Amino acid sequence: MPTTLTVNGRRVRVDAAPDTPLLWVLRDALGMTGTKYGCGIAQCGACTVHLDGAPVRSCALPLSAVGNGAVTTIEVLHQDRRGKALQEAWIAHQVPQCGYCQSGFLMAATDLLTRTPVPTDADMDAALTNLCRCGTQPRMKAAIREAASRLHDAAGRREP
Amino acid sequence: MSPVSRRTFLAAAGGTALVLGVVPGFRRLRVLTGEAAEIEREAGRLNAFVSIDASGKVTLVTHRAEMGQGAYSVVPQMLAEELEVDYATVEIVVAEGDSARYGSQITGGSSTVRGSLTQLLVAGATARDLLVRAAAQRWGVPPAECRAERGTVVHPASTRRAGYGELVADAARLEPAPKVPLKPRARYTVIGKSLPRRDLPAKVNGSAVFGLDFRLPGMQFAVVERSPRFVGRVKRFDATASLKVPGVTKVVKVERDVFGHRREGVAVVATNTWAAIQGRRALEVEWDDGDAPAVDTETLYARMREAVRSPGNHFRSQGAASVALERATDVLDVTYETPYQAHACMEPLNCVAHVTADSAEIWGPIQGPDWVRGHLADALGLPLEKVRVHMTFLGGGFGRKAFTDWTHEAAMVSKAVGGPVQVVWTREDDLTQGPFRPGMVYRCRGAVANGRVLAFEGTMAGQNMNAQEPGSDPRAFNRDVVEGIHEGWFDAIGHWRFGDAPLEAPIPVMWWRSVYSSTNAFAYESFVDELAAKAGVDPFTFRRRHLRDARVTALLDRLAQVSGWDGRAKGQGYGLALTHCFGSSAGHVVKVRRAGSGVAIERVWSVIDCGLAVNPDGVKAQVEGSVVMALAAACTHEMTFAGGVAAKRNFDAYRLPLLRDVPPIEVHVLESEHPPGGAGEPGLPGVAPALCNAIADLAGTRIRRLPFDLARI
Repeated sequence: MPTTLTVNGRRVRVDAAPDTPLLWVLRDALGMTGTKYGCGIAQCGACTVHLDGAPVRSCALPLSAVGNGAVTTIEVLHQDRRGKALQEAWIAHQVPQCGYCQSGFLMAATDLLTRTPVPTDADMDAALTNLCRCGTQPRMKAAIREAASRLHDAAGRREP
Repeated sequence: MSPVSRRTFLAAAGGTALVLGVVPGFRRLRVLTGEAAEIEREAGRLNAFVSIDASGKVTLVTHRAEMGQGAYSVVPQMLAEELEVDYATVEIVVAEGDSARYGSQITGGSSTVRGSLTQLLVAGATARDLLVRAAAQRWGVPPAECRAERGTVVHPASTRRAGYGELVADAARLEPAPKVPLKPRARYTVIGKSLPRRDLPAKVNGSAVFGLDFRLPGMQFAVVERSPRFVGRVKRFDATASLKVPGVTKVVKVERDVFGHRREGVAVVATNTWAAIQGRRALEVEWDDGDAPAVDTETLYARMREAVRSPGNHFRSQGAASVALERATDVLDVTYETPYQAHACMEPLNCVAHVTADSAEIWGPIQGPDWVRGHLADALGLPLEKVRVHMTFLGGGFGRKAFTDWTHEAAMVSKAVGGPVQVVWTREDDLTQGPFRPGMVYRCRGAVANGRVLAFEGTMAGQNMNAQEPGSDPRAFNRDVVEGIHEGWFDAIGHWRFGDAPLEAPIPVMWWRSVYSSTNAFAYESFVDELAAKAGVDPFTFRRRHLRDARVTALLDRLAQVSGWDGRAKGQGYGLALTHCFGSSAGHVVKVRRAGSGVAIERVWSVIDCGLAVNPDGVKAQVEGSVVMALAAACTHEMTFAGGVAAKRNFDAYRLPLLRDVPPIEVHVLESEHPPGGAGEPGLPGVAPALCNAIADLAGTRIRRLPFDLARI
């Protein structure tokens, strides 16, 4: 059934059943494979995307619930200054190992910095409920701190 | 860095490339020149090889998988040292599965660095020597007056320079030196540096292609309903409802080979993954389990507890442990238990297969592409050269993706469909189908005298992953019974005996990061701590007293120093463990504190001696990851079986650690003059015993069964 949705600022038409989770629409219908399948029950967060700016687990979000909402995925995360700062910090701290869960973590961390520009460890613990099997969690925390601090400094320079 | 196919690379190399390869059997190097077709034909006889084209671009074929350990960076890093090029400019070509060309390609046993270092140093040095000699000849100067730096040969006396690309045609006409002296370690400028990983930009922007992300034109998607009790045959299935799901195109019975045993399933093929999943929900399958027992966790462990009451197969002994223990007045006799575990890679199993009447091509997250190739050639009745196997990025492996069963199944689906198919394992499939790390029971008996271990007897019960093929003896020795134990213990103790009592069960089992070390260490390093307490000796002192080797002493000194062990008081919640496996030793100190009715982990200090650390930060990352995986295995993870079926189906029941569950981890990499050991696994086994030793120190509670709940101590 043809449906129109907005992904990364573009209107796209897909032919998919209304109960199809957004994850599979992105991956199979649109060929955007940066968003990952990990569990299918909204537990691991590998499929995290933003819907109207808020993080959602796309494996449990049916296409019919997306409606006219704006979907943002890892493929354009660098266009967000927080997302870009996080991506750079992720590399500076050599965070990823296998890398499979990292798209979802970066989407969730970007949301955290949007809501809480200078998060404490407790803020990170509460906000980031994604799963990583390689054990990159300690480096993620360090990378988020660095990205937050850089963004904070940059903001300070713009508004003296 | 975008892996290109070998064919593209050879075409680009053209007729002016310098191609250096190592012939199977290793060490002999050959230089190839001529037309691309000729090079390709000749290169077929070469092992991992290096080429430099007329533009100076260096290309390196890597035959190891990238599964998170940084292979695509550390492999060119090793080559760059002697070749004198920037490691970041070395183009990586990911090898296809081909054991005749590359030897074993298994990415396992913590072997990526230690299995390739010498080969890559020799290849780099030989190529550099040819280029230096070519330049010297051109300039009419002695080669000794020239040197190579950053892809260029220079003659400082005359300030002449020539890029590698300008020299390759001449270099390729020279005879390679049979033996080029390698740099002493003190002169390394690339090895030993924490150079950044080259695959990370693609892993933070979603562009890295994992197996599940691989696409072919016209590719369909499939999921498979498999026997929940592993051994069942398809008695009948009804696909009527499945075929009514829009997008479902075919439903077909398939099989795969698991350790020589045929496993059956029914595949639902569709135009997209979701339709295939929906079609499978509508599928009806009736299984025939034959006379296979429907096992439960409780009965399996009851059998293992019974089995360790007798001494089991004799594996290795010294002195007369049983006599010494009979005579001893105070014998400690305890059992330790560890659970079955799933690998639970974040990327579930998946495979793209395209099988035709006379060929097969496979893409996926594969740890052993040469094994997959051999397996499929046999299974499909194709000559080896008609089977091509490609490795994508692996979203975790941990041993599971070293096996070949799931690629076999994907090939069967593609064959039935007559086109390319991606078989996707759902998380439930991935967690419940195994193979699993086997659950184990250990009985340890020991006594102390004069502050030392007098006698030690260890018996382990559990499934033997090395005896699962049809016709193999399920009662065969399990030679891994002492894996993980520091060899020094065998010299230090007068009387010891190790044996095993194999358990027969219809549960497929196999390697899980650090293999039997991961469970052996919990038993033996916990027991050493219990013996130290019995002797009234500090755990560090106790180990130092027995393990006199200089490397162990250096490791223990560093660990005591960084963890502040000597300044602590007994009872403050510090625990120690020390293990050795895959060529490296690792020690951990865990610090716990009271938290409500349980304990919290305050910090973990880890010291690893992996000999030469080619990329120290990469080693650190591997140890950090090992600590996190080990803590989850100790405190949370347990695959249980009920009625023969794996009972934990998804991450809601098999919970991975959250950010808040991970304590600060401080890893120290010892500098060492020794050859490289492994890094991916040795940091794992000691974590659980160090944690339980810390809890015993804090609370006086000895934990002998994993997993346990940190919130209730």
